[in-house]
Amino acid sequence: MGKHVLHGALGIAGLLGLLLLWWLGVQVFGEADGLSARFSPQATLSSLVELLGQGEVYEHVWVSLKRILIGLLLALLIGVPLGLLVGSYRHLEAATTPAFQFLRMISPLSWMPVVVMLMGVGDQPIYFLLAFAALWPILLNTAAGVRQLDPRWLQLSRSLSATRRETLCKVIVPGVIGHVLTGVRLAIGILWIVLVPCEMLGVSAGLGYFILDTRDRLAYSELMAMVLLIGVLGFMLDALARGLHRRWVHA
Amino acid sequence: MTQVLLEARGISLGYPREQGWQSVLEDFDLQLAPGEVITILGPSGVGKSSLLRVLAGLQQARSGSVSLLGEPLQGPHPRLAVAFQDPSLLPWLSLEKNVAFGLDFARQPKLAASERRARIDHAIEAVGLQHAREQYPAQLSGGMAQRTALARCLARQPQVLLLDEPFGALDEVTRADMQQLLLQLIARHNTAAVLITHDIDEALLLSDRVLLLGNHPARTLGQWHIDLPQPREQRVEELGALRIDILKTLRRASRASEPDSEPLPLASETAHVPGRLHPHSS
Repeated sequence: MGKHVLHGALGIAGLLGLLLLWWLGVQVFGEADGLSARFSPQATLSSLVELLGQGEVYEHVWVSLKRILIGLLLALLIGVPLGLLVGSYRHLEAATTPAFQFLRMISPLSWMPVVVMLMGVGDQPIYFLLAFAALWPILLNTAAGVRQLDPRWLQLSRSLSATRRETLCKVIVPGVIGHVLTGVRLAIGILWIVLVPCEMLGVSAGLGYFILDTRDRLAYSELMAMVLLIGVLGFMLDALARGLHRRWVHA
Repeated sequence: MTQVLLEARGISLGYPREQGWQSVLEDFDLQLAPGEVITILGPSGVGKSSLLRVLAGLQQARSGSVSLLGEPLQGPHPRLAVAFQDPSLLPWLSLEKNVAFGLDFARQPKLAASERRARIDHAIEAVGLQHAREQYPAQLSGGMAQRTALARCLARQPQVLLLDEPFGALDEVTRADMQQLLLQLIARHNTAAVLITHDIDEALLLSDRVLLLGNHPARTLGQWHIDLPQPREQRVEELGALRIDILKTLRRASRASEPDSEPLPLASETAHVPGRLHPHSS
């Protein structure tokens, strides 16, 4: 217990250190002409409070979260069945692994122009890019989960005269879910990073859009407030995914 | 004529080779009476685990037959419960759910909810884990995990308990505890058990009858009835004599199986039983 408290305290100290570095950076490198002062922590925090007091920012947060959710769901819909297949058949795995590794290493953002040409601007290309980015960790972890199914669990279910359906529903699926959740956690990390640039693609809502909007309005303290907000939301999403994973595997 | 619960006749085990077949175990017979504890003792590599899987209906023997209560055994049976070397707990289920696992399977006997509840509670209580029923396998020690696996077997109220070196991975103190627990549970529920082990002392402490496997391919080298009351820890002398006898038999067999040596006549029903131990008659 004492260890947890200590680690928590150290983590908070690290965050405060980051805040201090930010403040120092603006103080040391900024010029006293007033422009750089708008990037300081004080100005950012007061802008953030102001933004949170108005309704508009919630709209953008909601739109962004919705996009993450849809992208993630699409990736799950495609990635889990594919992962189950790939994990079950050695030959299929051998045939697909190099192709998947190749596709995985292409930044999803580099498809952006092609996707916009095919789908036009709007939500669709964003969904596509997000799903494409989230697909690989989910697919590869699901396949790994199938391969790593403990043969002792299968033996146990046989010794209890389980039917095929019981083995599938009570052993195989729950046994793979832990790995799928690991994939989801990694996917959320990637999704959140890919989301912001994707939303700079001619859409009119979302956190990425709002960043560009503040830039165009020269509202730099609001821009910094959005950067901060993106960080906080991402941090919370990751914590949520971690919590979900921990709840399932009880490690 | 005593009733026979589980019977194996002429079991042979082996595995395919490039040319023909490599025989591992030949001509194994076993008759398990109600409430009896039989230990199958033997060095590594004589096919003990495979033999147990055959007795459990999890694997086909190369030849021979297994029957339960006079009926040929076709596959895993609800009356048989198996405890494996490893506790094989499912990490996403709590201890309680692990104990309950399989009770509601379609091929298991139908249980009313209240009966199911009572069996689970009783099994957890029997292994002394009431305080940990909400815990998950990752939070359990090795001994607790093995107790949970035992409770999972008990909840099914089997007539025959098949145990494949279930305490092999435990430290000596935990192991002794678990052996005592197993004896109590077997006595209380009047369950019959077949225990696989390579530990002579475990065999001597726990069983009514010891079957010794050895040689290549393995055969039953001898069989000992142990008629000592529990607890047996104090009976060092009798058990010591028996221990030496078992070791001698094993050594003679391995010497006999070396090339260029005179083959030793090995009766499969030999009973070397000193002191208060009764010879086995079949």
